[in-house]
Amino acid sequence: MGISVEGADKRFGDFQALKDVSIEVPDGSLTALLGPSGSGKSTLLRAIAGLEALDSGRVLIEGEDVSKKPTQKREVGFVFQHYAAFKHMTVYENVGFGLKIRKQDKAQISKRVHELLDLVQLEGLADRYPSQLSGGQRQRMALARALAVEPQVLLLDEPFGALDAKVRKDLRTWLRRLHEEMHVTTIFVTHDQEEAMDVAGQLVVMNEGRVEQSGSADELYEHPANEFVMSFVGEVNQLGDHFVRPHDMEVVLDPDERTQEGLVQRIVTLGFEVRVELVLSDGTEVWAQLTRAELQRLELREGQIAYLRPVQAKSFNGTSPSHPRGASTPHGSHDGGDAEVPAAV
Amino acid sequence: MTATATSRWGLRVLGLGYVFLLLLLPLGLIFYKTFEHGIAPPLDAITSPDGLHALKLTLITVAIAVPLNTVFGIGCALLLVRHKWRFNFLVDAVINLPFAISPIVIGLSLFLLYGTDGWFGPTFAEAGIKILFSVPGMVLACIFVSLPFVVRETVPVLQEIGTEQEQAASTLGANAWQTFWRVTLPAIRWGVAYGVVLTTARVLGEFGAVSIVSGSISGQTQTLPLFVAKQYENFNLPGAFGASVLLALLALTTLLAMNLLKRKEDA
Repeated sequence: MGISVEGADKRFGDFQALKDVSIEVPDGSLTALLGPSGSGKSTLLRAIAGLEALDSGRVLIEGEDVSKKPTQKREVGFVFQHYAAFKHMTVYENVGFGLKIRKQDKAQISKRVHELLDLVQLEGLADRYPSQLSGGQRQRMALARALAVEPQVLLLDEPFGALDAKVRKDLRTWLRRLHEEMHVTTIFVTHDQEEAMDVAGQLVVMNEGRVEQSGSADELYEHPANEFVMSFVGEVNQLGDHFVRPHDMEVVLDPDERTQEGLVQRIVTLGFEVRVELVLSDGTEVWAQLTRAELQRLELREGQIAYLRPVQAKSFNGTSPSHPRGASTPHGSHDGGDAEVPAAV
Repeated sequence: MTATATSRWGLRVLGLGYVFLLLLLPLGLIFYKTFEHGIAPPLDAITSPDGLHALKLTLITVAIAVPLNTVFGIGCALLLVRHKWRFNFLVDAVINLPFAISPIVIGLSLFLLYGTDGWFGPTFAEAGIKILFSVPGMVLACIFVSLPFVVRETVPVLQEIGTEQEQAASTLGANAWQTFWRVTLPAIRWGVAYGVVLTTARVLGEFGAVSIVSGSISGQTQTLPLFVAKQYENFNLPGAFGASVLLALLALTTLLAMNLLKRKEDA
């Protein structure tokens, strides 16, 4: 049950926004659609809501094919990046809009709206207009409005994209808690991998209109299907055909048969974490993530020679990021995976 | 006084002088001339049977032409902005035609269409409906000349509000009709209102097209502007001025009504 999309194609003129996309979102889960801009994630979300018509493919909500249903009959709650607040209505009227459309009686509407305003912590602001609210308040109002009609699924399109960093973090935590309470199947779109990993239990990574991989945050991080996923869900260094995470780069002072020589170019201390940037003999620039203690033990200086030992590396056998073999495979297929590195482990 | 202050005052005097000489002075003179010999002469002219009939006819044309053009204008603006079509640019250009064509020409074209030898003339004549030299023709002329206003004022507002609010309404279960009444129309209402005011002002004052199709028959097919012209031709200056002032007051009331409504809303 939950939401599934099967073989979705969508073209805007010459631009193919979705290429045979299939995803499976379990009932009651909180799933993130993650990808760079232009990857098709918003188009996919809008197609689920019926705000875009697919050229081909199907959308199923709770097992029912809704592909032919207009948006207003799909019972989805949708939250827009720029809030889409009804500017001429008060907060109360905004939240009660869907109930009024459903012709519920005034007492019922009032009860439900106040419950929701309580939930999103906007109790005292019922009579304000959206223009009198901050961005974070507007987005919580939009969320309450979407939840008011008790939708089968909740869809959020870059919901925190227009907010500043602090508010964003607060709302993230808050959304996660809200989902734990409500258990409505939720999909949210983001281009921020940290946000996706923080909020969602399940991630779907998209690129150039295709699904690259889906799975839990751990699965994607530990077993990325290809170079694109590996570099999108975390930092990565490229050593020949191999990819190494900066925290999997060991820096040592004595060479052996498994190390590569590098010149320390820059040492940046970011609180607890230290970033050591090196240039290898073939000109490749890489960086290693160390702790302060490690740095102090090694007594590294900028301009000196050090040796790198990749602890764990991956190779994807010639798969390129834009045309990976594992495209459009729902549920974490790990066709890349750990590989032997000649000069390492 | 600094140089910028001097130039600011210079510009102010220039601007206000321009408005005063070209706009306020002539209008003020009409008011002055109207009431030069007291309120009785203009009042007599307006309350004459012909004057009252002209007032009534003017209000009738407004009452028919303005709502029709408002509905058409909103619908047309929605089509132009919300529905992409290859020939939208043509529609857009055609809607501006009444701005570009002289009202006299518009009157003549209606004559060709509905006259005794016109395309539709005989058909309507058989059905016993008189278009020319009667109210239907005058209303048609007024609709023609005032058609672009609501469209022109509504299109930019529709573009500005975007489609997100409408999409949000549809996700909340509103159908197209509910979305229009509850979300789109309230969002564009001031654009529409401004268009309605301009349309009303245009219909109130329309002279050229109406004078051709109406024949300007006293007490039958005379609107206020035609009445003014007739009084002027007959050297009845108090009558001409009185009707002019009445016209000006009608237009001012429309403008004022909108401003009051808007102020009430903003408060």
